Amino acid sequence: MNGLRKIVDKIKPTFEKGGKLGFLHSTFDAFETFLFVPDTVTRKGSHVRDCVDLKRVMIMVVLALVPAMLFGIWNTGYQHKLAFGLTDWGFWNMVWYGILKVVPLYLVSYIVGLAIEFTSAQIKGHEVNEGYLVSGMLIPLIVPVDVPLWMLAIAVAFAVIIGKEVFGGTGMNIWNPALLARAFLFFSYPSKMSGDTVWTGGVARWAAEGKAFQCGEGLVDGFSGATPLAHASMDGLAQANTSFLDMFLGTIPGAVGETSAVAILIGAVILLWTGVASWKIMFSSVLGGLAIGYLGYAVGATDLPGYYQLVMGGFLFGTVFMATDPVTSAQTECGKWIYGFLIGALAVTVRLWNPGYPEGMMLAILLMNTFAPLIDHYVIEFSLKRKAKKVTIA
Amino acid sequence: MSNNIYLKQGLNIPINGAADQTTKKVIVPDIVAVKPTDFRGFIPKLLVREGDKVLAGTPILADKMSQSVVLTSPVSGTVAEVVRGEKRKLLEVRIKADEKQEYVDFGVKKVADLSKDEIKDAILKAGLWPAIVQRPYGIIANPEISPKAIFVSAFNTAPLAANAEFAFRDDFEHIQTAVNALGKLTPGGVHFSLNEENYSGSPFHKIENVIQHTFSGKHPAGNVGVQISHISPIKKGETVWTVSLLMLAAIGKLFNTGKFDASRKVAITGPKAIGPCYVDAIEGMSIRDLKGFFNEDENLRFISGDPLTGKNVGKDGFLGFFDNQVTILEEGNKFEMFGWAKPVRCSQFSSSRTYFSWLTPKKKYDMDTNLHGGERAFVLNDVYGKVLPMDIFPVFLLKACLAGDIDKMEKYGIYEVLEEDFALCEYVCPSKIEIQQIISDGIALMMKEMC
Repeated sequence: MNGLRKIVDKIKPTFEKGGKLGFLHSTFDAFETFLFVPDTVTRKGSHVRDCVDLKRVMIMVVLALVPAMLFGIWNTGYQHKLAFGLTDWGFWNMVWYGILKVVPLYLVSYIVGLAIEFTSAQIKGHEVNEGYLVSGMLIPLIVPVDVPLWMLAIAVAFAVIIGKEVFGGTGMNIWNPALLARAFLFFSYPSKMSGDTVWTGGVARWAAEGKAFQCGEGLVDGFSGATPLAHASMDGLAQANTSFLDMFLGTIPGAVGETSAVAILIGAVILLWTGVASWKIMFSSVLGGLAIGYLGYAVGATDLPGYYQLVMGGFLFGTVFMATDPVTSAQTECGKWIYGFLIGALAVTVRLWNPGYPEGMMLAILLMNTFAPLIDHYVIEFSLKRKAKKVTIA
Repeated sequence: MSNNIYLKQGLNIPINGAADQTTKKVIVPDIVAVKPTDFRGFIPKLLVREGDKVLAGTPILADKMSQSVVLTSPVSGTVAEVVRGEKRKLLEVRIKADEKQEYVDFGVKKVADLSKDEIKDAILKAGLWPAIVQRPYGIIANPEISPKAIFVSAFNTAPLAANAEFAFRDDFEHIQTAVNALGKLTPGGVHFSLNEENYSGSPFHKIENVIQHTFSGKHPAGNVGVQISHISPIKKGETVWTVSLLMLAAIGKLFNTGKFDASRKVAITGPKAIGPCYVDAIEGMSIRDLKGFFNEDENLRFISGDPLTGKNVGKDGFLGFFDNQVTILEEGNKFEMFGWAKPVRCSQFSSSRTYFSWLTPKKKYDMDTNLHGGERAFVLNDVYGKVLPMDIFPVFLLKACLAGDIDKMEKYGIYEVLEEDFALCEYVCPSKIEIQQIISDGIALMMKEMC
């Protein structure tokens, strides 16, 4: 332990101002602070400080995403097995296939994203912010597994540069960077982001080249590849042989990490337990989804009961991990209720009444990100007015 | 009490080194300092020269803006040194104390017979007027005005703070005298806030001629600013005064004995204080006089005040005008390997559940001055409200201060707050933002722009 410290101290001068590699100061600092809590002491104000820092907060979110990621890896293999009828595949075959598909997504996401983060920190002379640890973890989980890596790289670059760095980095951004990456892909390359062939690993390549990682006899008869959202009706689900339990467990096609409600709920428990994410946003978003879900059920827009909306598509993933982003969500406690409710409500509204978009979660969250400051504005105005009244009476 | 105000938000920081309720030492002052920097907006004019003989109560400094406001010497002796900083800013006037203390005789006065102006005059002359703090902004009270009301917090919830019942156990009578005197200066009366949990155990519930309030909850329930915001929030254009028990005792002594008596019981606290206890000392006491309470060889920080809001005065520093506590902490300038990545960090406290210190609620920690991270932008927005029991939006106010937006600062409640109210926000901030400094800069901007 002391040995490592000695090595770091030895090479440190090289990276300081005036040193040979002084231009890499921020990069070195990032790695150093990753290994060691720095020796800086309080200068002004409170002389003692809580030992929690943003690194700890961010790592908690990353940890909360791990169940969804692990499930996503398995499910990628499982869907491939189903699609190509690979009956001889065991658990590890599926996991191995999942790893082959998902790890490259992570490599691209982190390498491109962190490279931009480090460079911009270097240019600005700031410390490298740990925010991208979470964004980089999120992005591969919300894209179709077959997304071409170069597209992902462009999307990540767009999200980090336009979505975050131009505003000044983590804490200053208006929109959730991970969702921005997905939105970029969605609108730039719609053919790779929707339809029935993109959600199952290997199917897109099979359709184009007649090859796949392991294709057996080719696609099985009756393979559809569509997510439950594409045929969101009782009949549609019955035809696809998808039960509510399947959707709850997550053994369905979909973006890598969004399918399993169980895995996401484990993450939600971690986030709520540690207090990192707001339970108000999660709860009210679920309420909003249920409200519109049942309204649609009542007026005949769908024959699915409201609670089905929660387990389909990216609703739960968005509610737990994206809507609760503390930077882009509403900042006032009362505002969080409104913000969350509207996200849930809008997402389901788009699903039910807009034939163009089977899924509305991404758009709902981005839209509410945009309006979060407005919600806060009115919440504060209202609160100040109420306070003024209270004072004049007393 | 039926109308107790319970404050849900707050945090008691579990830091080691609370003072034992015994007085172990009487500090005979050698060199003491009068520090104009203890007061916001005080522009000092020097009234003495090096080598001048002074008595306890002789004016040393006057405020250039309002010449009747003076600071007086806490001891009789010789002016030893005038310490100046950058741009010749006056920092300290050091006075070498005589062995035998002599006092300026201000005359014993019966408060009941005095008029409003006579009371003001007496307090001003003795150099105790700066003890009265005026809000908004926490400046020295303006003697020309009559405030909406005067607020006193009769308990201190700050970490390791001196216990009011012990520190002022001989001053009860003086405090009553001061309350009677100050009550004549305002139409709104003296509001006296007590700790509900110790209401009947505290002699202060017997103080008369006050409007009593009780509060319960964690720190900052004992902060007078928090109490004001629950009793009667400060609106634009209003002014209120606040006085601490320590200062009430001094004002009372002035009327009862005719002397400016700056002696006080000081709590020596902190994880690095050896045998934390109380000492009988005086305003402006030198930290060096606390020899024996700390290890000379260690790299320590000496704070005049509590660990959240006190001033780092250093080993060569002096006790502040308003302080009756010295906190001794270790400087935390060492690296901690994998600190944030360790699943459990037993020796560190966190109010956040991302660590597990909430499992050991009774444990106390040897805290040091390490920042525990790097400074970042605001990310989490709900951590501040959990430790700030005021009806304001802390992050919005802070951002308004950062942006220098006067209108918004006013709207979000800059008039109601002082740095100390935000100290806990700063403590818990995972982004390690210097929140008290932001508030301080905000107040400075308001003062500059509004007058």
